[in-house]
Amino acid sequence: MYSFEPNEEQQMLVDAVGKYAANDLRPAAHEAEESRELPKKLISKGWEIGLLQASTPEAYGGFGERSTVTGVLAVEEMAFGDLAGAYAVMTPSLFATPILLAGSEEQKKQYLPEVVGGDWRPYTAALIEFAFDFDAHALRTSATLEGGEYVLNGEKAYVPFAKDAEAILVYANLDGQTQGFIVPKGVAGLAVSEEREKLLGLNALPLYRVKLDGVRVPVSNRLGGEMGHDFEPILASMRVASAAAALGVAKASLEYATNYAKERQAFGMKIAQKQAVAFMLAEMATEIAAIRLLTWEAAWKLDTGKADAAMEAYLAATGAADMAMMVTDRGVQVLGGHGYIREHPVEMFMRNGRGFAMLTGLAIV
Amino acid sequence: MTIEFETPKPVVQMQTVLQTVAENMMRPASREFDENEHSIPWNYIEFMHTAMKSMGGGNGLTPREDKPKEGAEKRPPIGYQLLAAQIEMLAWGDVGFYLITPGGGLGGAAVQAAGTPEQRAKFLARFAEEKPTYAAMCMTEAGAGSDTSAIRTKAVLDESTKEWIINGEKIFVTGGDKSFNAYEQLGKGFIVVWASIDPTAGRAGMRAFVVESGTPGVKVTKLEHKMGIRASDTAAISLVDARVPFDHILGSPTVEKTTTGFKGAMATFDATRPLVAASGIGVARAALEFLKEKLAENGVQIRYGLPRNKLTSVERDVIDMEIMVRSAWLMVLKAVWMADNKKPNALESSMSKVRAGDVTTKVTQKAVEILGPLGYSREFLLEKWFRDAKITDIYEGTGQINRLVVARQILGYSGSELR
Repeated sequence: MYSFEPNEEQQMLVDAVGKYAANDLRPAAHEAEESRELPKKLISKGWEIGLLQASTPEAYGGFGERSTVTGVLAVEEMAFGDLAGAYAVMTPSLFATPILLAGSEEQKKQYLPEVVGGDWRPYTAALIEFAFDFDAHALRTSATLEGGEYVLNGEKAYVPFAKDAEAILVYANLDGQTQGFIVPKGVAGLAVSEEREKLLGLNALPLYRVKLDGVRVPVSNRLGGEMGHDFEPILASMRVASAAAALGVAKASLEYATNYAKERQAFGMKIAQKQAVAFMLAEMATEIAAIRLLTWEAAWKLDTGKADAAMEAYLAATGAADMAMMVTDRGVQVLGGHGYIREHPVEMFMRNGRGFAMLTGLAIV
Repeated sequence: MTIEFETPKPVVQMQTVLQTVAENMMRPASREFDENEHSIPWNYIEFMHTAMKSMGGGNGLTPREDKPKEGAEKRPPIGYQLLAAQIEMLAWGDVGFYLITPGGGLGGAAVQAAGTPEQRAKFLARFAEEKPTYAAMCMTEAGAGSDTSAIRTKAVLDESTKEWIINGEKIFVTGGDKSFNAYEQLGKGFIVVWASIDPTAGRAGMRAFVVESGTPGVKVTKLEHKMGIRASDTAAISLVDARVPFDHILGSPTVEKTTTGFKGAMATFDATRPLVAASGIGVARAALEFLKEKLAENGVQIRYGLPRNKLTSVERDVIDMEIMVRSAWLMVLKAVWMADNKKPNALESSMSKVRAGDVTTKVTQKAVEILGPLGYSREFLLEKWFRDAKITDIYEGTGQINRLVVARQILGYSGSELR
């Protein structure tokens, strides 16, 4: 059957996230972006909603089952509040969700209870590399098996909270395959940059470069254990999360622009009453609605194990990146000169909107 | 409720059957009836009529009533979902042929939406009878396209005979020829004519009238020559003192000071817009599949999954087209799912039409471009689909009118607040 409405449980979760997004994340977003600082209390409050906890089984310290569909609903709503704040709250998922998806039983038992059990702590992952042709399927960071250990070499970029990370899930190229390796803090050869990344957007999110210079981890730290894992489901889950986050940012821009257009007076009427403006809003809304359904379908296909799930996740993420750019650009345009002034959030939405084209790997569901 | 994308079994079965019809009856004849405009593919018409009768009939644009078996668990209604999938598949075969699939079409849909139970019984039964039968909608006039309030056709009640006397000129009547003119192969059809019963009342005075085939004073004056959808007849119809029985009016014969009657009739479009969108998407899918097939034949592989900046221009285009076609189809599914579940869908319905209009034209245009001389040649059907596609962004509300509807919905504006 087709059906296009969240169930009661999902709706409750979406409502809870929506309240936090509107009442906590959004009011803090401007100051956080300008000061490049997210208040710790803000992150903790988002963590306490329990998105990750609710998708981790009881056996590993959580209280529920993972659902990609529920995940994308929650991510959209969270990103609607503020993208940097949303990514910060969900950073531990970057470490935990791949373990849930592909980890060995030992890894699940060892890591999940400590990640989901207590307060928000910086567990993170490193996928992106600083190269224009970065490709998650062809990483430059390498892993080689030497004397019963994996040796990691390379440099990672855009790693959230790397500075204080308890552990980093590092993705590296092992014989042409992308594989995850759990790298605990303080191991020899692991160096986190002093300087944070300075970017077009996402300035409140602490992102770092991470150098791996002959970092040695035991074979048991390879995600999935000795035999490794399939990277595709992980990448697909990152892609739908990225698409969902893009939807949230776009929705924020559309809502702000719509409200503005209904207030702003020009030529004796509200500018929203002009077709030139109204049509922009209609196109933004249509674009968002289209990509939302594609994202939902991709998530549902991942949950139900459809053969073309990963393909559709790719389409959703690709479409969402274009959608976010188009919608957030229009958002600024509707406000005209005011849109260009940092007091209004639409310029930040636009800067954040561009990131979805290259930043798959900062969120996962 | 839940979020689910599993295609219902009856839809899958129907798609499988219709794909065979599309491949065997439509595609091989597509070119012939495109080149010979106004000739009629009787084989297709008769086949479809027989096939649909055996499947339980229906008038083409309104779903069959679901009659659950005694004691059986009531399943969620999927009538509009079935229709949308059926239309998409037939349009994938040939959208011109799809448009002349026998049945009530837009005329029947208007009776279904605005008629009384007696009127529905009287006018709609014919579509399940022995001969294929048509009904068409006469809305547009030379001076009234999207602005239906500018309709000049008038209906005046003759108090002595209790008949309506209708005068006016209608154009762009899809299926007007087969609905009004007598063909020995066809049953007696009708046209639904929009006219004003009170020109001072604007939209509030607008009503639809069922005008039976062969009514004196009514004439098909012209069949248009079109860019595409040439298998489908588009008629101009003139009405000169056409007399119509009193009870052929759809809706109330008196004019109130509200426009609820008109709005009620316009609600027909909430149901039919996603179906028209579906027909466009069928064309777009045909073009995209053909493009991929030709590229593959020529050794061009689409490397899905690569970052955008590593893809060739052609790969990017094809991937964008996949995104467009799939997401447009999902919007149709959502809109018809809402219709099936009796949820108000004016926004989703118009959005699906906006998206389908954009996607169908862009995809077919891009496909022709990418295939170069092959795309431009009449040796293949792609150039035909390019022509067929354009109408999607025009009929049943242009892309611009539907943007207006969408904008009003999201802004909470009335027609007077956003003109």
